[in-house]
Amino acid sequence: MNAVVKRRQFANIIARMLIVAATLLVLAFLVWICSVLLYQGFSAFKPSLFTEMTPPPGESGGLANAIMGSFLLVAAAMLVATPVGLLAGTYLNEYGKGTLLATIVRFVNDVLLAKPSILAGLFIYEILVAPMGGFSGWAGSAALAIIAIPVVVRTTEDMLNLVPNSMREAAYALGASRSKVILSVSYRAARVGMTTGILLSVARIAGETAPLLFTALNNQFWSTDMSSSMANLPVMIFQFAMNPYPDWQALAWAGALLITLTILVLSIISRVVLRSATAQH
Amino acid sequence: MTKPNMTLVDNTKTKAHEEAAGSFQRSPRFMNGEGFNSTFKWLSICSAMFILVILGGFFVSLTMGAWPAISKFGLSFIWTSTWNPVTEQFGALPAIAGTLITSGIAIVLAVPLAFAIAIYITQLAPRWLRHPLGIAIELLAAIPSIIYGMWGLFFFAPVFAEYVQEPVINAFENVPFLSSIFAGPAIGIGMATAGIVLAIMILPFIAAVMRDVIDTVPKRLKESGYAVGATDWEVTRAIIIPHCKTAMTGAIFLGLGRALGETMAVTFIVGNANRITGAIFAPGNTIASTIANEFQEAYTEIHSSSLIALGLLLFIITFIVLAIARLMLNRISS
Repeated sequence: MNAVVKRRQFANIIARMLIVAATLLVLAFLVWICSVLLYQGFSAFKPSLFTEMTPPPGESGGLANAIMGSFLLVAAAMLVATPVGLLAGTYLNEYGKGTLLATIVRFVNDVLLAKPSILAGLFIYEILVAPMGGFSGWAGSAALAIIAIPVVVRTTEDMLNLVPNSMREAAYALGASRSKVILSVSYRAARVGMTTGILLSVARIAGETAPLLFTALNNQFWSTDMSSSMANLPVMIFQFAMNPYPDWQALAWAGALLITLTILVLSIISRVVLRSATAQH
Repeated sequence: MTKPNMTLVDNTKTKAHEEAAGSFQRSPRFMNGEGFNSTFKWLSICSAMFILVILGGFFVSLTMGAWPAISKFGLSFIWTSTWNPVTEQFGALPAIAGTLITSGIAIVLAVPLAFAIAIYITQLAPRWLRHPLGIAIELLAAIPSIIYGMWGLFFFAPVFAEYVQEPVINAFENVPFLSSIFAGPAIGIGMATAGIVLAIMILPFIAAVMRDVIDTVPKRLKESGYAVGATDWEVTRAIIIPHCKTAMTGAIFLGLGRALGETMAVTFIVGNANRITGAIFAPGNTIASTIANEFQEAYTEIHSSSLIALGLLLFIITFIVLAIARLMLNRISS
C-alpha cells in the first residue's frame, strides 16, 4: 500500500475516533445529569408531595399548591395560545401562501420561537403587572402563552403543508367554500399533527421559570385565584434549590423530576401519536 | 428506507377523503354561510397579525420601561462598568461582557461536539442506533434549563473546582499572560462553569438542528464521493461540510441565541458579581441573570428601569443573532 493511501486511512481512523469519543463524552455528561435528577428526585419522592402544601423553612411538606398552580397557569395559557396559534398557522399555509405578509409573519414567528423566555416575563410585567399593580396568575399565563403561540403556529403550518393540494381541489370542485375546505378537509387530514404541536408547546412552557419570576411570582399557600400571585413548580424549584434547608432542596429535586417526567411523557406521547398516525393503513 | 412523509400523505389522503365526504352533511348550518367564510378568514389574518403585534409589543414596552434609564444615562449605559443600586449608577458593561464570555465559551465547546454527534448519528452509527440516538438527543433538548442549573450548582461545580480549576490555576501560576486569564478562586461557580453548563445545555439543540441539515445532503453526492474511493472523513470534509456550510452556521447562531438569553441555568452558577475581570474562573454576571436576580428587589424606578434597559439590549442582540440564523437556515429549505 502506498504512503498516500496509508495517510488517508490514518486520517480517517483518527477522525472517526475523535467523533466517537466526542459523542461518548457528551452522552456521559447527559447520563450524569439524568441520573442525578432521577436519584435526587426519587429519593425525595413521596405521596405527600401531592397532598401537602409547600412548607415554611425547616418543616416537611409537599408540592400540592405548586402543582395545582402550574396546571392552572399552563391550562389558561393554552386556552389562548391554541386558537391563536392554530388560526395563525392556518393563515400561513391556507390563505397567505406566497404573500408578503405570510413571509414576514413566518420569519417573525421563527425568531419569536427562539427568543429568550425572560423577555416574555419583562414584556408582560410592563403591560400587565405594572399597570395592574400586582403579580397575578393571569400575567403568568399571558407570559407562557406568548412563548407557546410560536410553537403552535410552526407545527400547524408544517402539518397543513403536508396535506396534498389535490384533496383541497377535490373539495373545491364539489363547490365547498374556502373555510369549509379548511375545516373539513385540511384540518381533518392534519389534526393529529396539529394536536402534536399543542402537546409540544405544553411541554415547552411547563418548565419555563424565567417568565414567571416577574409575573406569577410564587405563593406559599393553596390558591386557585388567578388574579393574585400564584404558586407554581418552576419558581418554587428555583427558590427552594437556592436555599440551604435540606427539606427545601429535596422538594426542589422532587419538583424538578416531576416537571421533567411530565415534559418527557408529553414529548414521547406526541412522537408516538404522530408516528402511529403516519404508519397506520 | 421508506419515506415517512410519503406514507403520511398517502394514508391521510384516503382516510380524510372518506371523512371529508361524510362531514359535508354533518357540519352545523351556520358554518355554510358566506358570513362564516369571511369571518374565518379574518380571524386567521388577525391571528397572524397578532404574531407581529407580539414582536412590536416586546420592542415598544421594553423601550418605554427602559426610558427613564435611557434618558438618564444615554448610550453611555452600554459602556459604563459601574452597576451600583445604592448610588443609583448603572452601566451594562459587566453584564454584556459576562454574557459574551459565557456564550463564547459555550459556543466554542458546544459546536465541535455537536458537529461530531450530528456526524455520528447521520454517518457512522450503526443503522439500528441512529433513530433512538436522534430521539434521545431531541428529548434532552427538551429538559428545562433549571435542571441544568441545579446539576451545575450542586454536582458539577464542586467536581470542576477540585479537578479542573485548582490544577489549572496552579499550572499557570507563573505564566505571565495566562495566569491572569486562569485566575480566580477555585470555588466552582463562575463564568467558566456557566459557559460549560451552557455548552452542555445547547449541545443537544445544536446537534438536532445540524442532524436535520446533514440529512438534506443528497444521497447521490455522498455516494459519488464513496464511489471514487473517498473515506468517511473525506466525504464529511469535502462533501457534507461544503454543502451544509450556510445552514450549519445558521444552526450555530440559533444555539448562540439560546446561550445569550439563557437565564435559569446561568443564574445558578455564574456567581452574580457585577464586575468585569479578565479571569474566566471568577464570578461574573450575564444580562439575563442580572435581571432574574435583581428585578424583584429593585425598589427605585431607575434601578428597575435600568434592568429593563438590559432586557432591551438583550432583545436587540438576540433579534439580530436569530434573524441571521433564520436567514442562513432558510436558504437550504428553499
